[in-house]
Amino acid sequence: MTQPVDHSLQDPPKLPFEPLIQRNAVITEQPWVRWLLIATALIFLAGFLLLPLVAVFVEALRNGLGTYVEAVKDPDALSAIKLTLVVAAIAVPLNMLFGVAAAWAVTKHQFRGKQFLITLIDLPFSVSPVVSGLIYVLIFGAQGYLGPWMSDHDFKVIFAIPGIVLATIFVTFPFVARELIPLMQEQGTDDEQAALSLGASGWQTFTRVTLPNIKWGLLYGVLLCNARAMGEFGAVSVVSGHIRGMTNTMPLHVEILYNEYNFAAAFAVASLLALLALLTLVLKSYLEWRLGDELSATRKH
Amino acid sequence: MQIQIRGIQKTFGSFQALGGVDLDIESGELIALLGPSGSGKTTLLRTIAGLEFADSGRILFGGEDAAPLPVRERRVGFVFQHYALFKHMTVFENVAFGLRVRERKDRPDNDKIKAKVLELLDLVQLSGLDKRYPSQLSGGQKQRVALARALAIEPRVLLLDEPFGALDAKVRKDLRRWLRSLHDKTGYTTIFVTHDQEEALELADRVVVMNKGRIEQVGSTDEVYEHPATPFVFDFLGGVNVLPGTARGQNIDVLGVDVPLPCGIHEHTGPVDVYVRPGDLRVGDPAQPGFEAEIISVQRTGPIVRWDVHAKALDQRLEVEIPHLHHDVSRHAPGQIVRLRLNQYSVFARIPPPGAKSGSTLPDTKLIGRERERGRLG
Repeated sequence: MTQPVDHSLQDPPKLPFEPLIQRNAVITEQPWVRWLLIATALIFLAGFLLLPLVAVFVEALRNGLGTYVEAVKDPDALSAIKLTLVVAAIAVPLNMLFGVAAAWAVTKHQFRGKQFLITLIDLPFSVSPVVSGLIYVLIFGAQGYLGPWMSDHDFKVIFAIPGIVLATIFVTFPFVARELIPLMQEQGTDDEQAALSLGASGWQTFTRVTLPNIKWGLLYGVLLCNARAMGEFGAVSVVSGHIRGMTNTMPLHVEILYNEYNFAAAFAVASLLALLALLTLVLKSYLEWRLGDELSATRKH
Repeated sequence: MQIQIRGIQKTFGSFQALGGVDLDIESGELIALLGPSGSGKTTLLRTIAGLEFADSGRILFGGEDAAPLPVRERRVGFVFQHYALFKHMTVFENVAFGLRVRERKDRPDNDKIKAKVLELLDLVQLSGLDKRYPSQLSGGQKQRVALARALAIEPRVLLLDEPFGALDAKVRKDLRRWLRSLHDKTGYTTIFVTHDQEEALELADRVVVMNKGRIEQVGSTDEVYEHPATPFVFDFLGGVNVLPGTARGQNIDVLGVDVPLPCGIHEHTGPVDVYVRPGDLRVGDPAQPGFEAEIISVQRTGPIVRWDVHAKALDQRLEVEIPHLHHDVSRHAPGQIVRLRLNQYSVFARIPPPGAKSGSTLPDTKLIGRERERGRLG
């Protein structure tokens, strides 16, 4: 007869750590082969990634810090920075909302046309940004479908901020949803069903169970979405009209300055964008370090 | 809470998961839904919980129709196969969840919640682990947290989906006994799903044997084991040898031996199949009626010795199981001829060839060999 066991304070057994000894594995290649491979990779990285990054900052500061500050403090530059932040501040939260809603619908519910919806979410990734910009011109432009109605009501989309926001939303739409769908698919619906059976309402289930389960993945998606929203060039370029001080975002401003041979100023503004990219990378690495497992399901980009 | 299930049907696409299930569950009963995978047992459990909706039929909770109640209002304690604990919450918060999500007017205050949760953790023998996260618990501990969480809402019925499926054999056995004693202590009406007949027989008051979306038999553990209603039940609850026989009135001729029809059946004539468990084939006296068989091989599995024998008259292999301390074990060796007799058996009418009417008083033998899913004993 077995005695009834008291489970109360039993920990799972701790297994002794045994280092894996791998023989004939990749790491046992000849030293010169290893060094050659590492050197090739490093040179490639330095030449194609690090060098341009350094060049941006070097060019920006070529004429001294004074010129740099001046270029950034230029009213047109400041207005471009402001517009970029405003657009991101509108587009990113909206995309977060749409992304979570789409991922929730796709992963936690069964309905007709689900596969079609998933394909649709991916559309902005497969369409050239210029084309997506043109779509909005076609719809809202002066000669577009809604053009006459818009001008009647004195409401401008194209060559104005609404157009830029729309184009940005379109281009950055998939980031949050693509990040969440695999994650939520892997998590399944058991947790939600458990919450419902315990008496939680749909909203309580979402805020107390679903959202905490996906919060890191969501943050990661938002981060990528934000980086793209601030850096988007193609679609925004088509709908913006490049009106200085009014509809110019940072990437567009960089282009204008560059075309005017104002290299120092162009690189100064570009360096701000590069800083943003670096910041995104740091945050992204931090998130990955924080939650390697949760994100591993979403290694897609 | 008394539960009545009436004519529940459910199809997924073209697959019929439940084909008209009727079942009465008494208040305070511990009942097992037993069947192979695809038999519809989990679907039935989820339908009772309100996680699945039946195409037709009714479920009554204490006489009240549960159909219009969504899962959150049914007050069922559902324990998921993989526990579905909330990973980002401590054990305490997991158990408290059902109380915290109540509407403000029904929600107990923090002190009451705390007292209740600690009491439940004590009940499931997890006191002191309230600040742990699920990832810091073993499988058995997670299972008990899930149980405590389900009990926190004072459910009208407790539903367990394969409660021991994800645990290793030793923990499973301990937890089984513990769950039985917990049920005796708390008295919740409990329904659990399992594919393990040993588990069902040990734990449950009554066993519901399911196959292909239908109930084959409902009965106490003794009833389903000793008097299986159908060949499927007989086969699913342990090993089986099938012997052809011919019924003549009150006797059956099996391999030239006359045996009486089992009690409960008065008279039958025609071809039958005699189902006998490996443990109910005994070595008989050479003088007594019986049939001869040659021992082909002997195999020992724990406390049971299993003989593979060849019945000459039948030209068929049979299985015989003998307790390892039985004197027959030492007395016989492979190659020897033994005389076997039937100790206990069930009789089912053989399926008549297609087209012919059976007109039999016995349940038909279905072609069980094809869909046989052996339990662990078999």
